Amino acid sequence: MIYLELFWTFLTIGAMTFGGGYAMLPLIQSEVGARWGDVISNESMINFVAVSESTPGPFAVNMATYVGAEMGGVFGSFCATLGVVLPSFIIILIVAKCYDRFRQSRVVKGCMSGLKPAVVGLIGNAILNVLMTVFFPTGLILGVFANPAFYIYVAMLAVMLVLAFRKVHPILIICLSAAIGIALGFLGF
Amino acid sequence: MKERISKLWQLFATFFKIGAFTFGGGYAMIPLIQHEAVENHGWITDDDILEIIAIAESTPGPVAINAATFVGYRTCGFWGAACATFGVVLPSFVVILLISYVLRQFQNIKAVQYAFNGIRVGVLALLLKALVNMYQKSPKGWAAYVVMAGAFVLTAFLKVNVFLVIVACAVFGLITASAAERWAEK
Repeated sequence: MIYLELFWTFLTIGAMTFGGGYAMLPLIQSEVGARWGDVISNESMINFVAVSESTPGPFAVNMATYVGAEMGGVFGSFCATLGVVLPSFIIILIVAKCYDRFRQSRVVKGCMSGLKPAVVGLIGNAILNVLMTVFFPTGLILGVFANPAFYIYVAMLAVMLVLAFRKVHPILIICLSAAIGIALGFLGF
Repeated sequence: MKERISKLWQLFATFFKIGAFTFGGGYAMIPLIQHEAVENHGWITDDDILEIIAIAESTPGPVAINAATFVGYRTCGFWGAACATFGVVLPSFVVILLISYVLRQFQNIKAVQYAFNGIRVGVLALLLKALVNMYQKSPKGWAAYVVMAGAFVLTAFLKVNVFLVIVACAVFGLITASAAERWAEK
């Protein structure tokens, strides 16, 4: 039953992600890859990170809706989105009632001191996966280094990094990358 | 009763607007929430905004959902929370449904494929920047570095389940934090 699986998968992802935005990417990558990797490739997932960045709304909701739509149409995306939203909805309702106790709780503080650096390591892994997909789509083989396109894309990454750290708007970076990609494609790289 | 319904509607409409106009999600949404919920409607105070950020950081789930639920609950109880959360989710839900449909129609066009070849490089740059931001916000010290390196090695090279790593890191944080506290008391 795909609807139940979508709901349950995104419920667990929603319940286990701490910190906003890309903190959810490692979990989505591993869960979606393991369950539906034959339908949703690594490439299309990264493409969709770009779509998600250039459309309004929270990253988590965008990703859940997209994966749900790919796997189970409109009702599938409804189930996935409901799943990803439900844990934080319920937990906030509880926390809002006893906020002070929650904030001063040593257990919460202790867990958070482990979770915050954990997210850094997990995102590191997610980025490594994206890096492999972008630069070594056929695996780690030496032939990649003989291809001039590899060096052009590395140079492009360097430029985009400089722009990103100069606080150029993400949507502009994505549009620019798209334009360069089209130009390189038609030039035969 | 009538007043309550109009308030619920306002919560829904306001968070619909916030959901429809923030790009990137997460903390990008906080200034907009502050503007609407504090300045325009007076539902919450500036202190509540700080509280929301603190809560969002230490509870699971997307920041936008956490914030919408919290503001809605403070303003109008359970149904307030439901209306605000539904409002903030609806725009992206509809937009993404449309886009995923459109993408499927266009994905075989050469220019679109080339564009996404470039876009994936751009995404990589954005992710690397997000990594640096998260590193800056994370606590430092040997315990934190052990967790960072551990989480990375366990998931990247030993292929340990991500959920398991998250639970282990939380437990490790709890143990080292309370050990540090004991140590300080002595």
